[in-house]
Amino acid sequence: MTTMTQTAPQAAPASERPALLSVRHLKVWYELRKWGFGLAGYVKAVDDVSFDLHEGEAIAIVGESGCGKSSLMKAILGLVPPHDGQILYQGQDIFAGGRAGLRWYRSQVGYVQQDPFGALPPFMSVRRILEEPLILVGVKDRDERLARIRAVMEEVKLSPPEDFLNKFPHMLSGGQQQRVVIARAMIRNPKLMVADEPVSMLDASVRVEILKLLRQIQEEHNLAVIYITHDLSTVRYFSERIFVMYAGKVIEKASTDELLWHPQHPYTLALLNAISDPDAANARKLREVPPGEPPSLVTPPPGCRFHPRCKYAIQGECDVNVPPEFPTRPHHLTACWLYDERYAQQRQVLEDDLGDLA
Amino acid sequence: MSGQPSTSAQPVLKTEDLVLYFRTTKGVVQAVDHVDFELDEGRAVVVIGESGCGKTSFAKAVLRLLPRNVHAYTGRVYLDGQDIMALDDEDFRLHIRWAKMSLVPQAAMNALNPVLRVSDQVAEPLLIHEKDVSREEALDRAREMFRFVGVPESFLSRYPFELSGGMRQRVAIAMALITRPRLIILDEPTSALDVLTQANIMNVLKKIKWETGTSYMLITHDVATSSELADDVAVMYAGQMVENADAESFFKEPLHPYARMLMAAVPKLRGDEDLEFIPGQPPSLLDPPTGCRFADRCPFRFDKCDQDPPLFLVDGRKVKCWLFEKDAQGVYGTQPAVATGD
Repeated sequence: MTTMTQTAPQAAPASERPALLSVRHLKVWYELRKWGFGLAGYVKAVDDVSFDLHEGEAIAIVGESGCGKSSLMKAILGLVPPHDGQILYQGQDIFAGGRAGLRWYRSQVGYVQQDPFGALPPFMSVRRILEEPLILVGVKDRDERLARIRAVMEEVKLSPPEDFLNKFPHMLSGGQQQRVVIARAMIRNPKLMVADEPVSMLDASVRVEILKLLRQIQEEHNLAVIYITHDLSTVRYFSERIFVMYAGKVIEKASTDELLWHPQHPYTLALLNAISDPDAANARKLREVPPGEPPSLVTPPPGCRFHPRCKYAIQGECDVNVPPEFPTRPHHLTACWLYDERYAQQRQVLEDDLGDLA
Repeated sequence: MSGQPSTSAQPVLKTEDLVLYFRTTKGVVQAVDHVDFELDEGRAVVVIGESGCGKTSFAKAVLRLLPRNVHAYTGRVYLDGQDIMALDDEDFRLHIRWAKMSLVPQAAMNALNPVLRVSDQVAEPLLIHEKDVSREEALDRAREMFRFVGVPESFLSRYPFELSGGMRQRVAIAMALITRPRLIILDEPTSALDVLTQANIMNVLKKIKWETGTSYMLITHDVATSSELADDVAVMYAGQMVENADAESFFKEPLHPYARMLMAAVPKLRGDEDLEFIPGQPPSLLDPPTGCRFADRCPFRFDKCDQDPPLFLVDGRKVKCWLFEKDAQGVYGTQPAVATGD
């Protein structure tokens, strides 16, 4: 089933493949208005985020709720115009081509929603759900549409398709609903797929099945995938690189294994420490959690946005200046002042803690 | 019961042959089917299983929080040795529910009354269940509980919408704690929360357990997080309890094939092993198979699986699977009479 030839691009490092999507200094700010008019400020949901996504590459964006990952996703889907910065798809600004341009761009992007039941219209049969995108791109021939629907349904393992074509979403199990959502995302043969917490609403046993299915589709079609999640324990099964977001900023970028084994940013370390693997010993110890909660995105703290919760924070630096990205290890960028050469001494404390992790 | 390890301490909660069936337009749903279970004092049991396996219905059966379409509700529930199934509804409401057993419901953070200050909501159970407590005393206790679960005291006069999800969850826990119950039932207390908040709430629950000796029943589908609190593990499948063991041995090696496959499907942060999933779907509870309910999905299936297995006792653990018949030291509970051994 899996044609091995198509997985060949993995042989070349991601960075040597052409960039499919480039995000340049993206800012997604929402206006806050006083009494309905008069600008009262901005919710800075995404604040100066840049990255490249290459063809056939799967990346994960990880962060807590309210960190801006969904706003970033909405901007990439072309649903929210950015306040500033650019999103380039194959070198073209996605918002430059007007409505027609956006429409074409959206046919290149598949979107897998978080809650499959909420994402499927309850009064439409599976067949209508999958047919509509094809009608919208102008596939006139009914048989051609049906053939395409059948092919995609086989691919997401809703087989035989006849059993499902005339069913309505409520007649399907959670896993089957999510397969329909994936089929709908794949029906126009996109080059890029955005998956927003695709498995968080599903049971553990089904979760693995869907993750494996997504991975298989990604490899077969050489799809670029942006996998958005708050669950670090599933990213390893899916993505090549991980970006960690906190309060609207990407604070750490690294390849998956690199990030899981050698986290560098204090926030990433806290996230990893909070995740439990099933082990009876967990019940006998308390977990170390940074105090407080993520900051307001209207008035984020100056300097590093994590500094009020960070036990390694350096007075006079972290609370004043925004940290740049430091190349801390191969294929690893960390936005944290501790990795500035001047603070080698302060970094030692963090490194001692990281030593305990391994 | 025969074969039961003799413990001098009385279990906090014990159910015998507990049955809860619902009536629907399509027929009778066997949500909780002959469950025998016990929980010792000061311990926490996690009830794990897929959605629709009856774990929430089990909690509701224990707390007697029943919907209108109950078809059958039978069996025995003992709380500290007292048969609480014998009480009438009013006695149960006055003396058991929230006085001795309380509940943190699923999505508790959305279950708070939006038009009441959180302090009033937390104090309310005390005013109802302890007649001689004045409003001031109740609010004082609420303040104490807030400190205990880590909500700043200044939040007392706030409304639920002014709190974050994690804080609201803590308020719901404070509400369950305020009457100093013997047992708290937590239904998916952290599944809607972020990892850091989740770890925080688990820390709070652990501290409460260590400091007050309260017993917990934690209902969840998240196996990894469940290990944060578990002393014992109970696995439910299709309305039945299929394995009940101490956490130490369960997380090392689950016995029941379903429990094993469930564990193999849990993603590990840094493991290398490939994840597996359980093929097929749980049976319909409208017309479940007569034999072992997992048989259709089980890789170890053999002839005997057409009969309903009892709960075999294997080294102090209970497993509802014919594979363990030979190793069993006996049979637990009031299962349909089956000869032990041969």
